[in-house]
Amino acid sequence: MAAVTEAPPLAPAPEKKPPRKRGRLVPYWLLLPGILWLIIFFALPMIYQASTSVQTGSLEEGYKVTWHFATYWNALSEYWPQFLRSVLYATAATVLCLLLGYPLAYLIAFRAGRWRNLIMILVIAPFFTSFLIRTLAWKTILADNGPVVHTLNSLHILDLTNWLGWTAGDRVLATPLAVVCGLTYNFLPFMILPLYTSLERIDGRLHEAAGDLYAKPFTTFRKVTFPLSMPGVVSGTLLTFIPAAGDYVNADLLGSTDTRMVGNVIQTQFLRILDYPTAAALSFILMAAILVMVTFYIRRSGTEDLV
Amino acid sequence: MAFVNWLKRHLVVIAGLITLGYLLLPNVIVTVFSFNKPKGRFNYEWQQFSLDAWKQPCGVADMCGSLSISLRIAALATIGATILGTMIAFALVRYRFRARGAVNSLIFLPMAMPEVVMAASLLTLFLNLGAQLGFWTILIAHIMFCLSFVVVAVKARVMSMDPRLEEAARDLYASPAQTFLRVTLPIAAPGIAAGALLSFALSFDDFIITNFNAGSTVTFPMFVWGSAQRGTPVQINVIGTTMFLVAVLLVLTSMVISNRRNKQKA
Repeated sequence: MAAVTEAPPLAPAPEKKPPRKRGRLVPYWLLLPGILWLIIFFALPMIYQASTSVQTGSLEEGYKVTWHFATYWNALSEYWPQFLRSVLYATAATVLCLLLGYPLAYLIAFRAGRWRNLIMILVIAPFFTSFLIRTLAWKTILADNGPVVHTLNSLHILDLTNWLGWTAGDRVLATPLAVVCGLTYNFLPFMILPLYTSLERIDGRLHEAAGDLYAKPFTTFRKVTFPLSMPGVVSGTLLTFIPAAGDYVNADLLGSTDTRMVGNVIQTQFLRILDYPTAAALSFILMAAILVMVTFYIRRSGTEDLV
Repeated sequence: MAFVNWLKRHLVVIAGLITLGYLLLPNVIVTVFSFNKPKGRFNYEWQQFSLDAWKQPCGVADMCGSLSISLRIAALATIGATILGTMIAFALVRYRFRARGAVNSLIFLPMAMPEVVMAASLLTLFLNLGAQLGFWTILIAHIMFCLSFVVVAVKARVMSMDPRLEEAARDLYASPAQTFLRVTLPIAAPGIAAGALLSFALSFDDFIITNFNAGSTVTFPMFVWGSAQRGTPVQINVIGTTMFLVAVLLVLTSMVISNRRNKQKA
């Protein structure tokens, strides 16, 4: 009511319609700076990268576009193990994230009560410590003579993982297991948050209804809760898999030369060996592979509205 | 039997708490090891309690310099990305225009792209243009990848806003500028703040894109990366612990404040 009394009584009525031309251009002016930024520094680089990947030459003499597509073939035939490893590690980490993240998201959404906000903060807070520092902490946790390795050893779990090829000898550090463990840890919040968002939207009465219809708790979960949380599962798996597949930090800090992923190869080719065409080709292949997988995955799971 | 039943009923809670422990364990280690006095160059094994690092947080060469570079880049990237992203979000929600699909995918793609791909391709651009790698190229890159996150955060908030509030303001003779400043902006503010906070965190913590486009400039994550090869000073853990505590404190105070406000309104 205050606003009404304060409004000047004789204020001129606003124009019925703003000048048409100006009004129509407003959205474009709003979009222009940001979109230009993305075109110049996101889209254009992709084109430069594609062009670099088909160039030949050397650092001293400079590079020229020669449509040398053999770079792609050479890169793939030389580095396919790293590509395969990236896919395997990222898949393993994504599955682990889903298995670990789902109970926590469920707990926050339905069982936490007044603890909900606190747990939420604890999930997000680690983000504010540099992830490199936290990844280095895994070196301490998984240290050769530390309690974790000791326990795994005495429970003969290491024998099993050795047999599977996940670990080697009495060590966890510098093995695939350590890398997957680090990847899982680093991207877990990206799984928990979308899961929580979609779980939280579920109407609690649906659970009661399922119970009233004599569904056991697990049946309720399988037939009601899980299907309704699918959008969260889809975006969570994407948000985990994509960064995990391109990561090279975990493989570098927690792994060894036998756990190098495609990100490590791109990094060394670009920053140390300075073989730009090969690096650009590898990066282009990674991008294409991920885009194809993402499109396929989104089509299959039928969730189009991710943005 | 009673125990088994209890276990069955609380299985989700137990599993969830185990995950929470997994998430927090590294932070505990970081904190505990900030009080360590390591023997060699690396701070991975517990030796003895000491407050040395806390007494001299800047006692390591170049670390606090890299910290201040990171803070400056994060602040500038946050301002840039928040302004550009908020403008895009308003255009997307409030207006109809051509090429909406193209704009949407241009916003979505940076979030769906592995960082290493963006990093590598941006480096090819800078190399081709002969740009001097350093502070400004890092800033450009950070604004680029933070933008999309701001758009998503602001868009969600503006979309859930009741358009009748603005109509009401206009009916009460508010000028378009007044309506925007006194109605639209305050309602969109939480979304803008969320986007800005996310940008700051993403930029401050970014390593992969920075690693490619930094030249010889050393940000804090770059310093940590380098120290993983050369030897990790305990001071890194001091910074990590401080950041964690400041973040938790900030969030807690903001929650207490908003709780009080809600109570006053009710």
